[in-house]
Amino acid sequence: MSGAVGTAAGPSLQTARLRPGWLVAGIAAVAAATVAGLVIGPATLSPMAVVRQLIGLHSGLDSQQIAIVEQIRLPRVVLALLVGATLSISGASYQGVFRNPLADPYLLGAAAGAGLGVTIVIVGAADGASTPAAAPAAAFIGALLAVALTYALGTSGGGRPSTATLILAGVAVASFLTALQTYVQQRNQDTIRQVYVWILGRLSTAGWHDVLLLLPYVIVTWTVLLAHRRVLDVLAVGDDEAMSLGVNARRSRLIVIVAASLGTAAAVSVSGLIGFVGIIVPHTVRLLVGGSHRVVLPLSILFGAAFLCMADLLARTLASPAEIPIGVVTAFFGAPFFIVVLRTSRRSVRLS
Amino acid sequence: MITCKSVAVTLGDKAVLDGVDLRVERGEWLSIVGPNGAGKSTLLRFIAGLLSGKGTLHLGGRPAASLSLRERALLVALVPQSPTIPDGIRVADYVLLGRTPHIRALGMEGARDIAAVHDALEHLDLVPFSDREVATLSGGERQRVLIARALAQGAPIVLLDEPTTALDVGHQQQVLELVDHLRREHALTVVTTMHDLTLAGQYAERLVLLDAGRVVVDGPASEVLTEQNLARYYGAKVRIIHDGGHPVVLPFREERTRDRR
Repeated sequence: MSGAVGTAAGPSLQTARLRPGWLVAGIAAVAAATVAGLVIGPATLSPMAVVRQLIGLHSGLDSQQIAIVEQIRLPRVVLALLVGATLSISGASYQGVFRNPLADPYLLGAAAGAGLGVTIVIVGAADGASTPAAAPAAAFIGALLAVALTYALGTSGGGRPSTATLILAGVAVASFLTALQTYVQQRNQDTIRQVYVWILGRLSTAGWHDVLLLLPYVIVTWTVLLAHRRVLDVLAVGDDEAMSLGVNARRSRLIVIVAASLGTAAAVSVSGLIGFVGIIVPHTVRLLVGGSHRVVLPLSILFGAAFLCMADLLARTLASPAEIPIGVVTAFFGAPFFIVVLRTSRRSVRLS
Repeated sequence: MITCKSVAVTLGDKAVLDGVDLRVERGEWLSIVGPNGAGKSTLLRFIAGLLSGKGTLHLGGRPAASLSLRERALLVALVPQSPTIPDGIRVADYVLLGRTPHIRALGMEGARDIAAVHDALEHLDLVPFSDREVATLSGGERQRVLIARALAQGAPIVLLDEPTTALDVGHQQQVLELVDHLRREHALTVVTTMHDLTLAGQYAERLVLLDAGRVVVDGPASEVLTEQNLARYYGAKVRIIHDGGHPVVLPFREERTRDRR
C-alpha cells in the first residue's frame, strides 16, 4: 500500500490519470525512435546534424544527405509512427470493448477482412508500387464486414455474446476470409507478387503518398477512441453495471469497434498485415501503468509509434541492402515477447 | 418513491415475475425475501432498468419508461451481488465510476466528482484504502467499496442485491448498520434482497415475500416471518422467537427415530 491519501488541505484523491512522467517518457521514446530512424541507414548521418536540419537550423548536411533525410527517411518514419500508434490504440480499444486481453484486430477477423478488401483493390488496379487510393476504404469495408460477421456468429447461439464464443467466431471468420483472400491472390498471377509483398508488411518509401492517404483515417480514429477513454473504463464493469451507471453499453461499444476497425483497416491498407503490435504495446503499457484506458490509450499511441518505428529500422537494416518484411520483424520479436508477457502477467488470461 | 403495477417479466419462456404490485415510500427500507427462484433478483433488476417487462414502473413519481439511462442512474443506484471488478482497479477509481451519470458523455470528471468520491470514501472509512487495488480487499471491505460507489452516485434510491451473502455474521451486521446509517443520514430509499430472514427482519422496516413471481405477503417483519408462512413458501421447519419485537428465525431439525439395538 502506497500510503494514505487525502491531505489536511482538503480532498485530494489519486485517481487514474496520465502522469506527466509517463507522458514525457512516451514523447521521449517517439523522439528517440524518430531520430534513430532518420540517422541510421545505408548512409549513416550525424544525429546532431539531422536534428538541426529538422528544426530548420544550419545542419552542414549536403544536398544529397538532405534529400535522404527529408524525402526518403522522414516519410517512412512518419508512416511507421502513424501505423504503430494506430494499431496500438485500436488494439487497446478492442481489448477494452471485449474485456479480453487477447482481443485484437487479428483475432476478430478485422485484419483478414481488411486484407481481402485490399487484395481485391490491388488485383483490380494493378498499376505501380504505391497503395491504391481506394485501399483504405476497401480495407475498412472488409474489416467492418468481418467484425459484423464475427459478432453475428458469436451471438447466434442466442442470449448475450460471451467473449469466448466471440473470439472463436473471430478465428473462424479470419480463416475463412484469409482463404478467400488467398484464392483471389492466386487467381491473378500478374499481381501476385505485389499482393504478397503487401501482405508480409512493408512501409513504402514512395514519399508522402501513403502518409497523406492514411492521415485522415488516423485523425478520426484517434479522436473517437481518445474521446471514449473514460467510457471504456465504465464498460470494464460489464454491460449491466455500465447501464445501471447510465451508459448505453451497446452503443458505446459499437462506436468504439467501428472506430478501431477504421484505424486498423487504414493502417493495414498502407502497411500490410503487421501483427502483434496491437497486443504487445497495450499489454506492456498496462503492466507499467495499470489498466485504466484514460492512461493506456494515450500511452499506446506514443509507445506504439516508437515501437513500430524501431521495428521498421530493424527491418531495413538487419539484412541490408535487402529488406525484411516488417511483419516478419514484429512477429519475430513479438511472439517470444508476448509469451514472456503472458507468463509474467500476474493474472492469467481468461477467455470468458 | 417506487411504484410497480402488475409487473411481469419473462426470461426465456419462464414467467419469473407474474403480476407484482409494490409501493416503496421515500426513506423506507424494504427487503424482498422469498425462496430460491421466487424472482427476488429479477424484481430488483427490473427496478434498476436492466430487464424489460410488462406493467408500469414509476421512480420518484416519474414513469420509468420516460427516463433516459442517465436520468435513471441519477435516481437509482444498484449494488450488484457479484460485481465485475476490472483488473487492477484501485478503490478511488472504482468509486469514481459511481459518478458516471454526473459526467458529460465524453467529458472527464471535475472537482465536484472528486469531492463526492472523497465524501463517499470518508463515510465508509475507506480513505486509507483509496490507493489499494479492489481485488486485494477482504469481503467486508469490498462490500463497503461497492456501497461507497453507490453513495457517490448520489441516487435517492439504492438497490442492494444480497449485500451480505458472502460475509461472516459480524461483517453482515456491520454492512447493514452502515446501510441503515447512510439511509437515515441521506434520506435514501433502500430496497434489498435478502436470504437471511432474521437479518432482513431486523433491519428492514417492511418485508415483501415473493413466491413464484408473485407477492404473497407484504408487511412488517412480525407479520411476514411466521412459522406458517415459512413452512408454506419455503418448505422450512422453523421456530420464530421474538427478540425485542424482531422475529428471530430458528431452523430446527426433527429428531429422527433411531434404530436401537
